[in-house]
Amino acid sequence: MSLLEVRDLIAGYGPVRVLHGVTFNVDEGEVVVILGANGAGKTTTLRALSGMIPAKGVVAFAGHSIVGWQTDRIATAGVGHVPQGRGTLSDLTVHDNLLLGAYSRRDRAQINADIERWYAIFPRLGERRMQAAGSMSGGEQQMLAIARALMSRPRLVLLDEPSLGLAPIVTQELFRTLGDLNREDGVSMLVVEQNAGLALGIAKRGYVLEVGRIVVSGSADELAHNDDVRRAYLGI
Amino acid sequence: MSLFLTQLMNGIGNGAVYASLALALVLIFRTTGILNFSQGEMALYSTYLVWYFSNRGLPVWVAILLSMTLSFIGGAAIERIVIRPVERASPLVLVIVTIGMFLAINSIVQVQFGADAKHLTRAYPAHVWRPGNVQISADTLVLVGILILECLFLYLLLQRTKLGLGVRAAASNPESSRLLGVPVGRTLMFGWGLAAALGALAGSLAIPASQPALSAASMQSILVFSFAAAALGGFDSTIGAVVGGMIVGVAQTLTTQYIKALSDIVLVVPFGLILVVLMVRPQGLFGSRHVERV
Repeated sequence: MSLLEVRDLIAGYGPVRVLHGVTFNVDEGEVVVILGANGAGKTTTLRALSGMIPAKGVVAFAGHSIVGWQTDRIATAGVGHVPQGRGTLSDLTVHDNLLLGAYSRRDRAQINADIERWYAIFPRLGERRMQAAGSMSGGEQQMLAIARALMSRPRLVLLDEPSLGLAPIVTQELFRTLGDLNREDGVSMLVVEQNAGLALGIAKRGYVLEVGRIVVSGSADELAHNDDVRRAYLGI
Repeated sequence: MSLFLTQLMNGIGNGAVYASLALALVLIFRTTGILNFSQGEMALYSTYLVWYFSNRGLPVWVAILLSMTLSFIGGAAIERIVIRPVERASPLVLVIVTIGMFLAINSIVQVQFGADAKHLTRAYPAHVWRPGNVQISADTLVLVGILILECLFLYLLLQRTKLGLGVRAAASNPESSRLLGVPVGRTLMFGWGLAAALGALAGSLAIPASQPALSAASMQSILVFSFAAAALGGFDSTIGAVVGGMIVGVAQTLTTQYIKALSDIVLVVPFGLILVVLMVRPQGLFGSRHVERV
C-alpha cells in the first residue's frame, strides 16, 4: 500500500474549482515530482493535501483518510510541508524556527541533537542561530524552511517550488541535499517544481498536471525522455 | 524636593496600573493584530466579579484568583465566539467589533450588578511609609511589585516554554505555524484568556487604590491612559508597555501637582508627549517596524 494515496481530488478557492479529480500516489521512501505550468494546480494540490483549503475526494495517508482534517493535525500525523514563499517565521530566531518544527515531538534530548545535525548540514543556519529568521537571504530561508519541516521527523514532505527565487548554484546544492536526505533518512517527498531537470534528477517517478488534471505519468526517466514534457518543461 | 519625590512615587504607582493593562493590550495586539478597545471593560467585569465573591464572604485574594480564572475562561471564549468569525475582516471591522464589546460589557455590568457604586475592599492594608520626608504608599509598592511579577511571568512563559513558542509563532505566521503542527486557534484563545486574566488583576488592584468606589465608569479613564502607554511604547513591545505606562503615569501626577492651569485637564501633558514621540517614531519608543528580506 502507498504511503500517500490520492484519488479524484477536487479542490479550489471559493466558487473557483482548480483541481478536477487528481489521482496519484507516493510510496514509502519515494521522491515523486509533479510538473506543470503556472496555474495548473500544483500549489493547490499541496494546499489541499495539508488541509489548508477544503477538498473532496480520497486522500489516504499511512492508512488514515485525512480529508477534512485540520492542518495542524495533518502535520502532527507526519506530513511536513515547505510552503511556497518558505513560510518563514520572520520575528523568531533561526533556533526558535527549528524548535518550532519539533512542536509535535516530546523527546527533548533528541530534538536538540536534530537541531545540531541541521546546523552541520546547513552551516549558515548555525552561524545565524540567534538571528531573526526574516533577516536572512532567500536561499538561507529556504534551507531553514526545509530543516524546519524535517524537524518534525515527518514520513512525507511536501515541497512547493523549493527553487523559486534562488540563484541556480544555490538551487543545485539544495536539490543535492534533498536527494541525500531522501537516501539517508528514507523520508518520502512530493516535490512540485518549475525546474523540471533538477527535480527529475532526484525523483523516482513523476506526473504532469495540466489545468487541474494529471495528463502524463511515468518514471522519472520516461518523463525526461517524453517529447511533450521535454518541449514544455525542460526547454529542449 | 520631598514633594517632588512623593509625587514621582505616586506617578510610578499609577504608571504600574497603566502598564499592567497596556501589557494585556500588547499581548492581544501581538497575537491577533487587534486593538482591543474592550480590554478595560473586560477588566471592569472581572473586578465586579471580585466584588461579588468578596461580598459573599470569600477573602479578597481568593476572590481575585477566582475572578482571574473565570476571566481567563471568559477571554478565551470571547476569542472563540466573537473574534474568530471576523478574524480575517478588515481592521476597521475589528475596531468596531471591540468597541461594540466595550458597550455590551459595560451594559451587562450595569444590568447584572446594578448601576449603584460598590465598595471594593483592598486586598492588603493601606499604609504609608515616610523614609525621609518622602511618602510611599503600600499601593505603589504592591502595584509595582505585581507589575514586575507579571513581566517576569510573561517573559518566562513566552521565551522559555513550548506554549510560549507556539504563541509567538502563531503571531508571526499563523499559516506556517499550522503546517508545523501548532494548533493556532487554541494558542489565540490562550492569548485572549491570558490578557483577560492580567486585566482582572490590574482592575481589582487599581480601582480600590485609586478610586473611592467601583462603578461602571471605573475603567474608562484607566483604559485611555493604558492605550496612551501602549501607543507611546509601541503596540508590539512588552518593554514599551511598561516604560510607556511609567512615562504616562509620572507625567500625569507631576502635571497635576505643578501646572495648576492644567490640573483639571491632565490628559494634555501625556498626550502632548505622545504626539511628539509618534511624530518622530511612528512605531512608538520600542515598537518594531516590520523588516523582512524577500
